[in-house]
Amino acid sequence: MAQATGIKEIIKPENLVYKKTKLMTDNVLSYCPGCSHGTAHRIIAEIIDEEGLQSESIGVCPVGCSVFMYNFIDIDWQEAAHGRAPAVATGIKRLMPEKFVFTYQGDGDLAAIGTAETIHSCNRGENILIVFINNGIYGMTGGQMAPTTLPGMKSSTSPYGRDVSIMGNPLKMTDIVAILPGTYYVTRQSVHTPANVRKTKKAIRKAVQYQKLNKGTCFVEIVSTCPSNWKMTPVQSNKWLEENMIPYYPLGDMKTPEDQPA
Amino acid sequence: MEKELRLMKGNEAVAEAAIRAGADGYFGYPITPQSEILEYLMQAKPYEKTGMVVLQAESELAAINMVYGGAGCGKKVMTTSSSPGISLKQEGISYIAGAELPCLIVNVVRGGPGLGTIQPAQSDYFQATKGGGHGDYHLIVLAPASVQEMADFVDLGFELAFKYRNPAMILSDGAIGQMMEKVWLSPKKERSKTVPEWATTGKPPTRERNIITSLDLDPNAQEVFNQKLVEKYNEIREKEVRYEEFQCEDAEYLFVAYGTSARVCQKSVRIAREQGIKAGLLRPITLFPFPSKRLNEMADKVKMMLSVEMSAGQMVEDVLLSVNGKVPVYHFGRMGGIVPAPDEVAENLKSKITGG
Repeated sequence: MAQATGIKEIIKPENLVYKKTKLMTDNVLSYCPGCSHGTAHRIIAEIIDEEGLQSESIGVCPVGCSVFMYNFIDIDWQEAAHGRAPAVATGIKRLMPEKFVFTYQGDGDLAAIGTAETIHSCNRGENILIVFINNGIYGMTGGQMAPTTLPGMKSSTSPYGRDVSIMGNPLKMTDIVAILPGTYYVTRQSVHTPANVRKTKKAIRKAVQYQKLNKGTCFVEIVSTCPSNWKMTPVQSNKWLEENMIPYYPLGDMKTPEDQPA
Repeated sequence: MEKELRLMKGNEAVAEAAIRAGADGYFGYPITPQSEILEYLMQAKPYEKTGMVVLQAESELAAINMVYGGAGCGKKVMTTSSSPGISLKQEGISYIAGAELPCLIVNVVRGGPGLGTIQPAQSDYFQATKGGGHGDYHLIVLAPASVQEMADFVDLGFELAFKYRNPAMILSDGAIGQMMEKVWLSPKKERSKTVPEWATTGKPPTRERNIITSLDLDPNAQEVFNQKLVEKYNEIREKEVRYEEFQCEDAEYLFVAYGTSARVCQKSVRIAREQGIKAGLLRPITLFPFPSKRLNEMADKVKMMLSVEMSAGQMVEDVLLSVNGKVPVYHFGRMGGIVPAPDEVAENLKSKITGG
C-alpha cells in the first residue's frame, strides 16, 4: 500500500520528463522488444516535429520490418518496392524540391537489392536524407544472411556462420557513399545507449537542416540490433552490438560539410 | 495558339507532345529504338522553360520507380523504353497499378524474346494487355498507327491515366518510333497546378496523412481492393473502347490489326478488293479495353477474320474470345523484326478463303 502511494506521488504532471512524441501515432508498433527501429522512429518523429516540418515532409518506407512505418509517424508517406526507395525519393524530390524528403531502409533493402539505386542517388547528389538501419540481418523474413552480416555470424541462411570464402564479405555501404562527390554529410551512429541516442539525434537533425542547403545527399547509418533474429535478449543484443558490430562498423562522421571542396 | 505542322520521327513526336501536354517529369534510360525521346528532351531543355523535369536514370528499374515517386505526388510523369527495358519496369508498373497511380509508359516495341532484335515487332501484346507484372491488374493500352497518333496519345494517355488513377501505356513499335511523318502538334498546355487530394505533398493540419502503398496483409481487405480494381477495369471496358473501321460497310472478310500492321492492312484491303475480295479492316486503337463487342457484332456480318500481327499470334486470342466461334478466325504474322508486305497479307487472306 505504501508503495502504491509512492507511485502516485511520482506520477504528477510536474514530474513528467518524457512523453510520447507528438508525431508518433497511437498505432501499436510492429517491432520486437529491444529492436532499434522504435528508437530510430522516435528520433525522426521528434526532429520533424521540433523542426516544424510535418507539413513539409514526405517519407519513403522500404520493404522489410519498417514496411509499415507509415502507420507510426503522422506525415505523408510512399511505400517503395524492395530496394527502390532512393529512386522513389528521387522522383519525389525532383518534382517537389521544396519538401523534406527522406528514405528509411534496412541493410537488405539498401545494401543488397537496392545497391544501384543507393549508389546512383548518392552519386547524383539527390537532396534527400537516407537513414540506413544496419542490424546485419534480414528481420522481416526471419533472420537470413544480409549483405552486412558479420564474418562468422550465424543466420538462417548461414547456419554455420558467414563463411566469407563462399558468401563474400560484408558490404560497408556507408564507406562507399562517403567517397562519392554527391554526398554532403555521411555518418555512422547507433542507438544502443542513451549517449548514442543523443548523438544519433544530433546527426539526423544536422542532416535534416542540411537538406535546405541543396548541397547533396545526407546519409545516416544507424548500427542496430535485432534481438529476435540474433536470438538474444535486448540487453545481450546491445552488448553484442558493442563488442562485434561496432568494431566492424566504427561509429562517427565519415564526411562532413567541412570535407567538401570549397 | 494554333496547331503547328512539323515533320518528325514518332519518338520525337512523343517527346515534343509531352512538353506540350504540360508533363511535369520524364525519367528514362537509353535503349534502341526509342533513345530519341530522351535525346530530344535533353536537347529541348524543358526544365528551363516549363519546369518539366527530365532525368536519365541509372536503369529502367530506377526510372519506373522515379515515376512512382513523382506520380505519388500527383504529378504528370512518364517513362519510355523498348521491350527488354519494359520487362525490367514490370515490377514498378505492378506497384504503380497496385497503388492506383496515374502515369504514362511508352513501349516502342522491338522483336524478342530476350535481347532479340532492334527491329519493329508487336510481340509485347500479351505483356501490355494481360498484366506483364505480377497480380491482377490492367494498363490502359493505346496503339498508335502514325506519328500523329504518337503525339496525340501522349495527351490522351495522361487524360485517361488521371481519370481512372491507372497507368496508361502507348504500345508502339520500332517502325512508328523511327519513321518520319507530318504531325500537327497541339498548342502548349500549362503544367497543372491542381493537386489531387490523395497525393503526398506534405501533410497539412487540415487532413489525414496520405499514404501511397499497394500493401495490405489482411486478405479480406486485399480482396475488397482487388474487387475495386475489377470494377474500375469494367468501367474502362464500358467507356473507353476506341477503334477505327476501314471499308467495313460491305466487308465479307475482316482484317483485325493494330499499329504498323494496320497501316499495312489498309493497303492489303485495296489489293484484295482489286481481286474481287470484299475485305475490310478493324483497327483496335485501345488494346485494353479491347473492342470485343464490336468484333462480336462484326462476326454476324463477315465470313472470316484474319488477325494480322508482327508476332507469333497474340491479339488473335482476344479476337477469338470476342467472336466466340461465330466465324473462323485465323492469324497471319511475321516475326523477328520483319514488317509484312501488303501483298503477302492479301495473299494469305486469299489462301485462307480458298482453304489453302
